[in-house]
Amino acid sequence: MKNFAFNVFVIITLIPSFWVALSSNIVHAAFSLFFTFFGVAGLYVLLGADFLGVLQVLVYISGILVLIIFGVMMTQRAQMEHISTRLPGRFAGAVLSVLVFGGFMVAVYKTAWPKLTELPEPVPTTSEIGNLLLGKYLIPFEVASVLLLAVLVGAALIVRQSVRKE
Amino acid sequence: MDPTTFKDYLFLIPLLPFAGAAINGILGRRLGLRAVHLIALGSVLGSFVLSVAGFLALVSIKSPEARRVVSVLYQWILIAGQTGSFHINVAFLLDPLSSVMCLVVTGVGFFIHVYSVGYMHGDPGRARYFAYLNLFTFSMLVLVLADNLLLMFVGWEGVGLCSYLLIGFWFSELDNARAGMKAFIANRVGDFGFFVGLMLLFWTLYVSSGQAVGSLSYGELKGAAPLLLDAEPILGLSVPTIICLALFMGATGKSAQIPLYVWLPDAMAGPTPVSALIHAATMVTAGVFMIVRLNFLYLLSPVALSVVATVGALTALYAASIAITQNDIKKVLAYSTISQLGYMFLGVGVSAFAAGIFHLVTHAFFKALLFLGAGSLIHAAHTNDIRKMGGLRAHMPATFFTFMVAFLAIAGIPPFAGFFSKDEILFSTFNAHLAAPGLGKLLWLVGLMGAGLTAFYMTRLVIVTFFGEFRGGESAEEKLHESPRTMTGPLVILAVLSAVGGFIGLPAVTHLPNLIGGFLEPVVALKGGAASHGSHSAALELGLMAVSVAAAAAGIYLGWYLYHKRPELPGALRERFKNLHAVVYNKYYVDEAYDRLFVRPVIAISRGTGRFDLGVIDWVVNALARATERISAGIGWEDLKVVDGLVNAIADAVKYWGYHTRRLTTGKVNHYLYSVVLGLFVLYLLVLIT
Amino acid sequence: MLAYSLENFLLVSGVLFCLGIFTVLTRRNTVAIIMGIELILNAAGLNFVAFSRFVQTQNHISGHVFTLFIIVISAAEIVIALAIVLSLYSTKKTIHVEDFDELKW
Repeated sequence: MKNFAFNVFVIITLIPSFWVALSSNIVHAAFSLFFTFFGVAGLYVLLGADFLGVLQVLVYISGILVLIIFGVMMTQRAQMEHISTRLPGRFAGAVLSVLVFGGFMVAVYKTAWPKLTELPEPVPTTSEIGNLLLGKYLIPFEVASVLLLAVLVGAALIVRQSVRKE
Repeated sequence: MDPTTFKDYLFLIPLLPFAGAAINGILGRRLGLRAVHLIALGSVLGSFVLSVAGFLALVSIKSPEARRVVSVLYQWILIAGQTGSFHINVAFLLDPLSSVMCLVVTGVGFFIHVYSVGYMHGDPGRARYFAYLNLFTFSMLVLVLADNLLLMFVGWEGVGLCSYLLIGFWFSELDNARAGMKAFIANRVGDFGFFVGLMLLFWTLYVSSGQAVGSLSYGELKGAAPLLLDAEPILGLSVPTIICLALFMGATGKSAQIPLYVWLPDAMAGPTPVSALIHAATMVTAGVFMIVRLNFLYLLSPVALSVVATVGALTALYAASIAITQNDIKKVLAYSTISQLGYMFLGVGVSAFAAGIFHLVTHAFFKALLFLGAGSLIHAAHTNDIRKMGGLRAHMPATFFTFMVAFLAIAGIPPFAGFFSKDEILFSTFNAHLAAPGLGKLLWLVGLMGAGLTAFYMTRLVIVTFFGEFRGGESAEEKLHESPRTMTGPLVILAVLSAVGGFIGLPAVTHLPNLIGGFLEPVVALKGGAASHGSHSAALELGLMAVSVAAAAAGIYLGWYLYHKRPELPGALRERFKNLHAVVYNKYYVDEAYDRLFVRPVIAISRGTGRFDLGVIDWVVNALARATERISAGIGWEDLKVVDGLVNAIADAVKYWGYHTRRLTTGKVNHYLYSVVLGLFVLYLLVLIT
Repeated sequence: MLAYSLENFLLVSGVLFCLGIFTVLTRRNTVAIIMGIELILNAAGLNFVAFSRFVQTQNHISGHVFTLFIIVISAAEIVIALAIVLSLYSTKKTIHVEDFDELKW
């Protein structure tokens, strides 16, 4: 059952992500990203990370993806021409990607991971994460909040300047 | 209210004035005048109502021993040890003692707030004034309600700060600012002693014993205090004696006793309601309160108690003698305050703690009344000098009658408030067993003389200001007027309290209950004082009472005779005893002596060290600088030729290579992306290989 | 069929990562490059969670916290990146990477 679910989510994740990488239509790419994010959310749940699964759906799909589609629409509006969205030199990119992938796989299979002999039952993680965030990881948490504030201000500033220039 | 319910509201008593201070202090200038008054008066009235509720809640507890409500707000300091932990909480304690003090502080404080509305009419700094006044009320309530010594010290410092701020309220005049600084410095000297005592107590109880377990709360201190007797004596004095004397040093600063009393007369530079509230009714009694609060500590050291009693009695007589010669109405009252505080210390010094607090309460009533009355006079006559007043009886009837009540109360005429409390102190002194035999009787005599002098100088004050002809000139006479309602209202209420306030502490001979003594009994663990009344004959008590009334009557008669019947006599006497008068008039030259002994030497030492700094240290520094300059000049030459040449060669090489390699940076984003991934891959290979 | 094991999770995340790299390298559209970056970040997050599930760790939840931070940072990144892209678009009327060639010297 677990294996079956795993396979289903892998398919939901990987096939659209190939589409993201290879499709010549940027709108299609953006929409296939939806399935990739959803598949990753499923994998999180399979790994016992219930909180992260929900967060993935909330942040990636309803936040980031919407932003990306928004960005696509904003920038495509002027020129609806269907020219290739690819760069010359795809071959070099493919070679480099495959090399990196090969390196990964060597690392994955050669390393002796200190694996758990027996997998524990997944437990609800939300309260635990909350404790960690306000305990051990308090400083990164605060830094992240400052970062978000800076991003808010920065984004407003960048866009505002360009608007003013017009 | 139910005591357990009240516990949750206890913190509001100090917090309300604090909120008032914060609002008025921050927003005061923007708020309208009505809002400022409403906030300042409302917050103090709120705490007064809560204090009354707290009092009723305490009384509703049947067993006197159980009459304490402790409300812990949060843990302030925690030192974890192996056997346990030492911790100090921010906690408030409502027991009979703090309840009585709360009632006095908030009650008298409220009337003075009301009075201030009239008195400060038209002053541009009113918001600031009320913010300070509220802040003072807050600090005083923290001092009174604190459950441990350290929190009490916070309040102790807080009232000192507010006193400084309010003395220098009209800071644009240099003299006022100076008076504020003088008060602050004299208080600092005392606070140093207080802190030494606090630390010594902490050290002996918790550190040197090796077990840092417990807290500085009164309850635990009371339990642990007998351990102090086992501690090694220092310089021949037992440890409790040293602690008590150090703490008493703080009390002499705060409560203006010999030798640190010098600031209080100068403190009269502040607005008159401030003098009434801070420098008569409440803050200056903090020292008395502190000793009563720590009575279990003082009872361990008969020596310290005797010192307290002696200092109190001497201050009482000494300040009263100065008060006779002063012409500034507020100065007279200031010395009178010092003298009355002396009585309170005399009372607690002979272990009559309840009597000390009793006198504190009645004194708060009649002295606040005297000051407010004086403020009313100053408001009308526009001068502090009693020689420029006179005959004001006809112009200001309300002020006159209330002032007369206060006069009778302070002079010790039965049945006004001051009689009962002062008499109880003198009676306890007469019967006290102090460190030296016969000391009690001697101090009683000193106190009795002080009481006579008190009656005398008060008579002088009343006759010179209210009777006879007005001496301030005709233009000023036309402007004389009774003060507004907001000022006379508090006067009347305080006058009623001064008249009947004494009945809360009736002497034992009347066989009626001594309300305040009974109420305070669980706190002050009586030994001597009111409890021992029963062991002495009623005849002795009545006899002593008669003697003190006679002394007061003699003082009043003498005053009346000298200043009313034969007004030319005082001038003649002044001529006759010119030198003596000069000495007393100039306050025994104590300020000048302090100036010579402490202030000038310190300034001289600073000048000397300043000169040393300029002459010696600066010279050395300059010489070093010159030497460095020489050496640098030499190095500089070599630097130009050799080092710069090398640097330029490197720069040229970098420039050459940079010119040729800059073609690699195309500026295209995708090229950069390629190099990032390539770099990642290379890094990867490196990790895999090693 | 793939089995539910650490290696297979790493394999999936590896594929995702390299597809992301490929997207970043070969796309002309700047928004598409941002999509590639999102793929890479997702792969990294998946790795963290997989490790915290399968590998002996002090606290089996730490990896989740790291992933949480990755999500936060990717949200921040996307906002800034899109702001820059829109700003560039409004000034240069193009979003093709090869037209952005002023990042030199």
